Amino acid sequence: MTGGSTFSFRSRVDRDMTSLWPQIEPILARVAKPARYIGCEDGAVTEGPIEGRVSWLLIYPDAYEVGLPNQGLQILYEILNERPGARAERTYSPWIDMEAQMRRRGLPLFSVDSHRPAGDFDVLAFNLSAELVYTNLLNCVDLAGVPVRSARRGPEHPLVVAGGHCTFNPEPLADFVDAFVIGDGEEVVGEVSAAIESWKAGGRTEGSRQRLLRDLATIPGVYVPSCYEVTYDGPAIAAVTPLYPDTPERVEKRTIADLGAWPYPRRQLVPMTEVVHDRLNVELFRGCTRGCRFCQAGMITRPVRERPAEQVLQMASDGLARTGYDEVSLTSLSSADYSGIDSTVRGIIDDPACRGQVSVSLPSLRVDAFTVGVASQIQKVRRTGLTFAPEAGTWRMRQVINKLIREEDLYGAVESAFSQGWRRVKLYFLTGLPTETDEDTLGIAELARNCVAVGRRHQKGVSVTASVGGFVPKPQTPFQWFGQATAEELQHRIALLRDATRRDRGVQLRWHDPKASLAEGIASRGDRRVGAVIEEVWRRGGVFQEWSEHFSLDLWTEAMARHGLSLEWYVHRDRDRDEVLPWAHISAGLHDDFLWQEWEDALAAAGTPDCRWTPCYDCGACTGYGLEHVVASNVAPAGGSQGTGQDLSTGAEVPVFLRPKAGAGVAGE
Amino acid sequence: MSDRVRLRIRFAKVGKIRWTSHRDVARMWERAFRRVELPLAYSEGFSPRPKVSFGLALPTGHESVAEFLDVELRGLAGVDLDRLADRLSAALPVGVDATAVSVLEPGTPSLQEDVTSCSWRWTAAPADGEEPVGEAEMRARVAGVMAAPTLEVTRSRKGTQVTEDVRPGILALEVVGDSLDGVVLEAELAAAPRAVRPAEVLSALGPGLEERHVRRTSQWIQRHGAPQEPLLAARDDATEAPHAMERAS
Repeated sequence: MTGGSTFSFRSRVDRDMTSLWPQIEPILARVAKPARYIGCEDGAVTEGPIEGRVSWLLIYPDAYEVGLPNQGLQILYEILNERPGARAERTYSPWIDMEAQMRRRGLPLFSVDSHRPAGDFDVLAFNLSAELVYTNLLNCVDLAGVPVRSARRGPEHPLVVAGGHCTFNPEPLADFVDAFVIGDGEEVVGEVSAAIESWKAGGRTEGSRQRLLRDLATIPGVYVPSCYEVTYDGPAIAAVTPLYPDTPERVEKRTIADLGAWPYPRRQLVPMTEVVHDRLNVELFRGCTRGCRFCQAGMITRPVRERPAEQVLQMASDGLARTGYDEVSLTSLSSADYSGIDSTVRGIIDDPACRGQVSVSLPSLRVDAFTVGVASQIQKVRRTGLTFAPEAGTWRMRQVINKLIREEDLYGAVESAFSQGWRRVKLYFLTGLPTETDEDTLGIAELARNCVAVGRRHQKGVSVTASVGGFVPKPQTPFQWFGQATAEELQHRIALLRDATRRDRGVQLRWHDPKASLAEGIASRGDRRVGAVIEEVWRRGGVFQEWSEHFSLDLWTEAMARHGLSLEWYVHRDRDRDEVLPWAHISAGLHDDFLWQEWEDALAAAGTPDCRWTPCYDCGACTGYGLEHVVASNVAPAGGSQGTGQDLSTGAEVPVFLRPKAGAGVAGE
Repeated sequence: MSDRVRLRIRFAKVGKIRWTSHRDVARMWERAFRRVELPLAYSEGFSPRPKVSFGLALPTGHESVAEFLDVELRGLAGVDLDRLADRLSAALPVGVDATAVSVLEPGTPSLQEDVTSCSWRWTAAPADGEEPVGEAEMRARVAGVMAAPTLEVTRSRKGTQVTEDVRPGILALEVVGDSLDGVVLEAELAAAPRAVRPAEVLSALGPGLEERHVRRTSQWIQRHGAPQEPLLAARDDATEAPHAMERAS
């Protein structure tokens, strides 16, 4: 960039953002599901000034019907739009037919709220919930008219930022994303917006973009890849070093201490066309103490922070009245673990405003009879199917992954379901787990068969679906050192299960494509060198890789080969303890010692109990940030082993912080 | 139950929201009914649904100021019929507005059984790269269509090509003016036994034309040998909501 360009972009920044609707409308008759592009959701913000404010375009890089319900994006949309100096709009990946029309006519990516061009916003902010959408991120940046590589962007281009669970290993996208936000976004989004406000006020002069990025890198929880240098020792990483004295060596995630202080979304978006999870959502708590070793979400969102029950009831009641929905989902990583889940569910159903027409759903059922009892209260009608996730077929395997569910817990849950009128039970399993043997795999078929037998004591024609996914090890978990099973091994395990269930009329087997697990493995634990692979897959047309009809493993493996990167190195080998992992400079608050100890315990098939009901083992999430688990009850609820594999019927008190009752004024111990 | 009652509601669908589908519109109405706390009657059985029946589906992308639905209520207690259309419009998305409400006489046939034809207005625009057709030329083509004894249109239905004569379904067709986008047409097209679409009329008017700004302006049922609007035919004290249309831009 020369100094001469400064003048031209300033006029661009100051110009009125205008709607592209007149150009978009004529092509809507030529594409499938045109309602994906119109916005018009109840709760959308389309009015009010945008000039002079920091304008954010929040992007979920997948199809509208998948992205619209994302609660993280909706929370930030509201928080930003409440901020006096900011304005947020949204967009999603245009489907392939729409993209073809847009490119043919030279139409850029646009917001669905007011149909303004993406390139006119100050910030393009991506939500990254799955690795296979990475190529869609590149495509959106390109469709916005912005260079896909950060290094080629000038002061006239929007800032490209990203948040979401995948950013706990940001390195594969380090060359394309200017800044990542690690952890809860509620607080930090305002700090980032304030920094951009200053950038704008300063006129976005030549060189100011680099200054802004350095400033952003000093905000806790913000990672700016260009402020770090990665050096290599052959295929291994030698070191990741900050380039500036004020850049932190390690970026710690952001965590909001009190979920009750953030009752969002207050105005959940109601889409006008069909989307997944088309219902009201109320988040019960964030974080999980179960300690399942495969689960990235459970590891990176600690500690547990429960929303006060009165607030849950209020959000459900207000939300149902405002939206007209007849279903509310109480979301979290393990909703049955919410203190007083029973009375909360009852409170919603008994709310006179609901008039008996509202159903409540718990997206993640715990595997025990108590949970089914709760479910039976809330599904008086439409008792079609219930889903449980035992994750592995043998007790040994479940100790390895630390999903401490006893067989009795599962059979109790299934017995309870079939005896109370449910007809179908779906069981989720992982295969390709550390130390998994053929016997462990076949345990999946055995469990499913036994569940059918339990069900037949109550009903004829019961059906049990075993849904099997290939395990992809994730960063910031005890399994981050594990060499992922090859596609061939996964195929072998699926073949074993197909043979074992072929003659069982009651058992249906479903499985995830092992090829997609391999591509996900490349992106999950890749380093900066994998960025070139992602770019090449995108350049060769590999978008919507989450969609089986568009997924192509060949694009990924050919790009890996072309860039001299080994699948064995990146995906299939066990890592050593002293290896510098690509995400070592990003912290989810977990001590390295804790993660390594968990990995060794896994290999020894030794479980670690849920720290909600047993003493703290100092994973780092609470102590490191001076936080506590925030729960309303320190007495284990009735029923089952609570995932600890132990008998907890004594109801002993446990060392947790108790949320004070409203009006009580004094915190518990 | 004896105190059950059916309402017929006329509504409009205009603006950006017209790109939603018939099913999408059904879901908007279900949410709106719950938001205004209308005492809906639900179906029996495993999966109770509100008893709402829509008339002829409006193709996605077409506007209308003459859509109709019938909804069954458990009773009229607490329902202010005079204000209902406005309250529903406020609970519906921008562009979908209730414009009139009427209580149906018991035994009134369903919209599906009763509606015989619809009036449409649309623009015949040139397709990509085609020359526009002028007003005089279009008048001549319209005259040709109306004079033709038959008009065969081929369309693919479930993968096989089907040829049908649409001429009997074109009850009226005329040029009403010119616009920047193309010649503006109005037509009355049969809804039964086979519904004729504006696009089919357009293809009969020649190649290289594309429909734009398609709007259904009326639906018609036959009463005592004369066409009547479905809501007025249902009852003559129908409640009009003159301001409801103002929200739709």
